[in-house]
Amino acid sequence: MPQQNNHDEILFDHNHDGIDRRGFLKCMAWAGTGALCVLEGGVLKSYALNDPSGVKKAAKGELSFVQISDSHMGFNKPANPDVVATLKAAMDKINALPVPPEFMLHTGDISHLSKPEEFDTVDQILKSAPTKDVFFVPGEHDVLEDNGQQYLARYGKNTKGAGWYSFDKKGVHLIGLVNVMNLKSGGMGSLGAEQLAWLEDDVRHLSKSTPVIVFAHMPLWNIYPEWGWGTDDSAQALSYLKRFGSVTVLNGHIHQTMQKVEGNVTFHTATSTAFPQPHPGAAPSPGPMKVPADQLRGLLGVTNVNYVRKHHALALIDSTLE
Amino acid sequence: MRIRMNKSSWILSVAASMVLALAALPTVEKSMAAGPPTVEVKIDNFSFAPAALTVKAGTQITWTNADDIPHTVVSDDNATFKSKVLDTDEKFTFTASKPGTYSYFCSIHPKMTGKVVVE
Repeated sequence: MPQQNNHDEILFDHNHDGIDRRGFLKCMAWAGTGALCVLEGGVLKSYALNDPSGVKKAAKGELSFVQISDSHMGFNKPANPDVVATLKAAMDKINALPVPPEFMLHTGDISHLSKPEEFDTVDQILKSAPTKDVFFVPGEHDVLEDNGQQYLARYGKNTKGAGWYSFDKKGVHLIGLVNVMNLKSGGMGSLGAEQLAWLEDDVRHLSKSTPVIVFAHMPLWNIYPEWGWGTDDSAQALSYLKRFGSVTVLNGHIHQTMQKVEGNVTFHTATSTAFPQPHPGAAPSPGPMKVPADQLRGLLGVTNVNYVRKHHALALIDSTLE
Repeated sequence: MRIRMNKSSWILSVAASMVLALAALPTVEKSMAAGPPTVEVKIDNFSFAPAALTVKAGTQITWTNADDIPHTVVSDDNATFKSKVLDTDEKFTFTASKPGTYSYFCSIHPKMTGKVVVE
């Protein structure tokens, strides 16, 4: 199915880059139903998930890195009684990539209950990664009880505030944001005034042609406010990024793949390595989705991100653990 | 040393203990009646049920987490009551002593809100 000609998907190619909204929505549906989707060099391409030649072709570029998310170490309920095995399967998948990733991002909910042994287990498994460079942001499950002190002690070296920071890789500016602290009754994710001020200052010196990648746990776009799937003050954060030609926002939290393009900003959420969650509104609550054991790994996965300098575009490849 | 008990004295002692138990019973009932009234709130499907509650001052409210995901019970002022993180089947009890309206939420999933009115 995904190997068909994509040209018939492109109806409104405003940016002359071969992508339109409908193409992306189509791509989103494939990602959710067992295919993988690639934006490579600004051209939308799709590959069957288990098509090794497709993955091989997609893994070329100036900069390639991997995003993993929501390992929920410590979770042991029927939706996935063995989150250790599925995280290890994700590592195998990453180790099998034809081009080793430059670095890895973990977009939060490392642990399920913020227990030291849960963090220890993840740290141990991540030792098998093809890179020692792993960058974290906390999920709400990582900052239970202690206001995030343990998280900061473990993963927050050289960060500001509750753990936000930025760094540069091959001309790409990456920004890790924290939107899981000081959550207010009735609200969603929150960045807070101090972090917003820092962000505004952090990007001020950058030229507008610098590709920017922002990563945070909770979505920085309002996917489904009824379930709290969004961030209350994300619009302000994004306003500081308007002038940049290429902005990519990577999130976790909702345990499923979704993409949206708005102007020069591409939003992307990653699957969990632990358990799937229902599509927005498709269940009474966003609790873990129980699926037959033989389907579980098809709903978990990793995201490989590939930056092609020539086109200033990012290719995002979601692959499942199957 | 072994106390030997014949049949009649055994019956007597059983009867005596039954009388004692019966005598004690009203006391037990009285102390139960004097205990605080209790109310249960179930945390299920990322919501509090019932979400709004009106109770008499002194009522003991117990929340039980029936979800697969941890939740908390925290008053909006972050001070009146604040549970630890409740994993599946864990409970939190708060005795509502002062009249007033107390809004609360789950600090992990802040879309989950509830209210207790103490009369």
